Amino acid sequence: MSAVGHEIHGHDDHHDAHDHHHKETFITKYIFSIDHKMIAKQYLITGTIMGIIGIVMSLLFRMQIAWPEESFTVFKVLLGDKFAPGGVMKNDIYLALVTIHGTIMVFFVLTAGLSGTFSNLLIPLQIGARDMASGFMNMVSYWLFFLSAVIMVISLFVEAGPASAGWTIYPPLSAIPEAIPGSGAGMTLWLVSMAIFIASSLMGSLNYVVTVINLRTKGMSMTRLPLTIWAFFVTAIIGIVSFPVLLSAALLLIMDRSFGTSFFLSDIFIAGEVTHYQGGSPVLFEHLFWFLGHPEVYIVLLPALGITSEIIATNARKPIFGYRAMIASILAIAFLSTIVWGHHMFVSGMNPFLGSVFTFTTLLIAIPSAVKAFNYITTLWRGNLQMNPAMLFSIGLVSTFISGGLTGIILGDSTLDINIHDTYFVVAHFHLVMGISALYGMFAGIYHWFPKMFGRMMNKTLGYIHFWVTAVCAYGVFFPMHFIGMAGLPRRYYSNSAFPLFDELQDVNVLITMFAIIGAAFQLIFLWNFFYSIFKGKRAVQNPWRSNTLEWTTPVEHIHGNWPGEIPEVYRWPYDYSKPGHDEDFVPQTVPMKEGEEQLHH
Amino acid sequence: MTGLLIFAVIILLGVAIWQLSKIFQLTKIGAAVYNENSEVATDKDNNVNGWLMFAFVAFIYIFTIVGLVKWGHFALGTPASEHGPQYDNLLAISFWIIFTVQFLTQFLLHYFSFKYRGKQGNVAYYYADNDKLEFVWTIIPVIVLAVLILYGLYAWTNIMFVADEDKEDALYVEVYAKQFSWEVRYAGKDGVLGKANVRYIEGVNTMGVDMADPHAADDIPASELHLPKGKRVIFKFRSQDVLHSAYMPHFRAQMNVVPGMVTEFSFIPTLTTAEMREDQKIMNKVAHINDIRSKKSEELVADGKPALEPYTFDYLLLCNKICGPSHYNMQMKIVVDEKADFDKWIADQKTLGTAVKESQEKPAEGGEGAPATDTAAKDTAAAVIPQDTTKPVAQAAQPAAH
Repeated sequence: MSAVGHEIHGHDDHHDAHDHHHKETFITKYIFSIDHKMIAKQYLITGTIMGIIGIVMSLLFRMQIAWPEESFTVFKVLLGDKFAPGGVMKNDIYLALVTIHGTIMVFFVLTAGLSGTFSNLLIPLQIGARDMASGFMNMVSYWLFFLSAVIMVISLFVEAGPASAGWTIYPPLSAIPEAIPGSGAGMTLWLVSMAIFIASSLMGSLNYVVTVINLRTKGMSMTRLPLTIWAFFVTAIIGIVSFPVLLSAALLLIMDRSFGTSFFLSDIFIAGEVTHYQGGSPVLFEHLFWFLGHPEVYIVLLPALGITSEIIATNARKPIFGYRAMIASILAIAFLSTIVWGHHMFVSGMNPFLGSVFTFTTLLIAIPSAVKAFNYITTLWRGNLQMNPAMLFSIGLVSTFISGGLTGIILGDSTLDINIHDTYFVVAHFHLVMGISALYGMFAGIYHWFPKMFGRMMNKTLGYIHFWVTAVCAYGVFFPMHFIGMAGLPRRYYSNSAFPLFDELQDVNVLITMFAIIGAAFQLIFLWNFFYSIFKGKRAVQNPWRSNTLEWTTPVEHIHGNWPGEIPEVYRWPYDYSKPGHDEDFVPQTVPMKEGEEQLHH
Repeated sequence: MTGLLIFAVIILLGVAIWQLSKIFQLTKIGAAVYNENSEVATDKDNNVNGWLMFAFVAFIYIFTIVGLVKWGHFALGTPASEHGPQYDNLLAISFWIIFTVQFLTQFLLHYFSFKYRGKQGNVAYYYADNDKLEFVWTIIPVIVLAVLILYGLYAWTNIMFVADEDKEDALYVEVYAKQFSWEVRYAGKDGVLGKANVRYIEGVNTMGVDMADPHAADDIPASELHLPKGKRVIFKFRSQDVLHSAYMPHFRAQMNVVPGMVTEFSFIPTLTTAEMREDQKIMNKVAHINDIRSKKSEELVADGKPALEPYTFDYLLLCNKICGPSHYNMQMKIVVDEKADFDKWIADQKTLGTAVKESQEKPAEGGEGAPATDTAAKDTAAAVIPQDTTKPVAQAAQPAAH
């Protein structure tokens, strides 16, 4: 199939003219586009809008935690009188906000918004392909994502409120509407939305894998691929392996909810009645969920790490240190990520022996992660660092990746997990290591490839302000959470006032919320910069960051098929920065090796 | 309202900064050199941001130190179970490693960002590989992690697997969870918990104990968890509706409570409630909390609301798995007594057999003393049990392992 796709483009080549694309109408160009660059932009814009929703939600529930059961006009306006009578947020709506915040950020922003955007944009451009293997499937993938996003947003408006059983939707809470109002129509829509999302994600991932394997240009061997592509490629594979398992879990849950089966339910007495459920196991659901849920962490994080590798090398004007070790780490992380899911379930009631196994595999994953962190640091060493906003976010990512990753040593240890499981310590850990890190990766990618996407530059001064305030606020929000977690404060508590023991943590919660509000407010600078620059930014030159990879050999103005002439041939790896013997401090991949030029055994 | 005001202030602040950046940019245009206006970092940008990177590592350090000083005392303090010190020790080792690595790597990362900030004319060092170096920093984590894994697994096995000889003399307690409260049931004189299933829930038998089981009648239900000091307690957890998690932070103990199965955890309490109240760390904590509460009380009284009660320390059982709207207030007090006091307390409790008999003797005027939901429960449960087609799966004391 891919060969056919290739040939069609080859056919375009012969005509060697652009007038073939003039038939494009507004609808085929901007809406039902099959051009990967346009689809990437669609993913980015949709992801950004979902991100705004997700972050506003987090502000709402943070305000409730900091000033419990106080009346706020903003609650009245955004939540309405039903969810916030008199401006006081209701307890089940608090949980709904937490749930939808998690769902949106993990799936819609950091999976689709990050991976969808940059895989689509960069895979064809960086491997030297005219488009994805199947442009049509790519378009369907985006529109399914869009549909699932719309359904998720619609679920916010159902009468009893959206899904509110946590983003992990553990049954029976998610299965029985009597247990929590959100488990009625809201939960149904959640499951429908996620099922469609998974279909979308699978189509995207299959496309990425096929494209990387089949459509690399001449000379682009696997060991000449930029690390971004390696990351997207492996991410897509993990997605293909693990997302179907979530789909099966979702389908079984739909059956339990709607057709009276008992896959996950047994012996339940609720609202004064015994239900008919018999013989199912909620622990089974937890296994199925985390079989996706844990790889999902890396589905979110690996693309960010790939983006960072590329940006750090470019801006350090230095080869990425240990290219092969970086690839090996990506592969090791990907493999290990599929066999560590049980560390979310140490105290779930599964056999403690399994806990031992999962502790072992989980702590192993620290090794490739450490290698990656060290390699990033060494790449900076004796570089000539160009502090563009993308570079700042990449360095920021390494910083939060280390800070957040280190506490994984505690959480991944079954013994230590006993007492901090489901406390704010966990919230601090995963927000730093995957939430903030992946967001930084996304910001870095946007600042770096904005000229490629929109032909214009983003304002760097606003970028600097955006980065520095975000960097301080991100630590400001999540660092103190470690302390309140060590105090035993459980997550997902609507209010901590029921326990005098937690009274002393209240000031910290207020501080966290203040940091969150300031941090979120400064994202407005980013949004303004982003949308303003799309239309009014400075015109970009072809290769503004003086980078080696192939996407910068395409013209600034987008054309379907990427390169006006032939697809360029590749002669070297992408990291020949500051190579001795060359005039410039970068040598694009399309430059042939000089006579006698030494090729490193990267 | 405060929130909204703060929000407004922040937005205005943002606008101000944006305006400042405009001015900043305008002043730059006058001194335009090559590349100055292309939105690509210049030497000046590299310099400013390089220094800021250096400042940022200082920020991380200071924030960490301030955090440790100001919030370090939030930690739970002296553990009250036998495995607790081992847990805390492993935690301490892990934290030392984490702080060391964090200190070094964050320093290198930000210092290099500062030291090697770009300058026109500088050339980076072409350095792509070094097998020795990479081997070193692969092997160091391997060794450190091997130690942590081994110690962790040793502790885990100690905590989770109870030897058979320890089981003989243990106290068996069922902890029963429902939205949004806890109940407990002691095994009684025979030391065995009667079998149970939610289908047996009826009237005072709120935990669904099978009264036909000979082990059931002597079981002792209670609404407060009392534990004897120094005796191994084996908990059996059951839930009647959704997932809960029985979290007893002071004992370094937690286990999820899963409907349809029995989960298990065990520990030996080592400090009575009275002893814990005398613990220096706990006394400081309580004093601090009472400070906060009395200040808050003053405000409340000024508003004409009742003052908060002063806090006295008690062990707690919290729900730590999202279980519904009132998840945030699903708790039970735990009391650890000296063995003699515990024996006295439990002798005063009514056995389940007696309670059921008493409730049956009374004419069914409408479930006296039974919780509200049980009135409705009665009919359903009674309707289900005699049918015998859905034979209740016995959920007696059996290991949680499948």
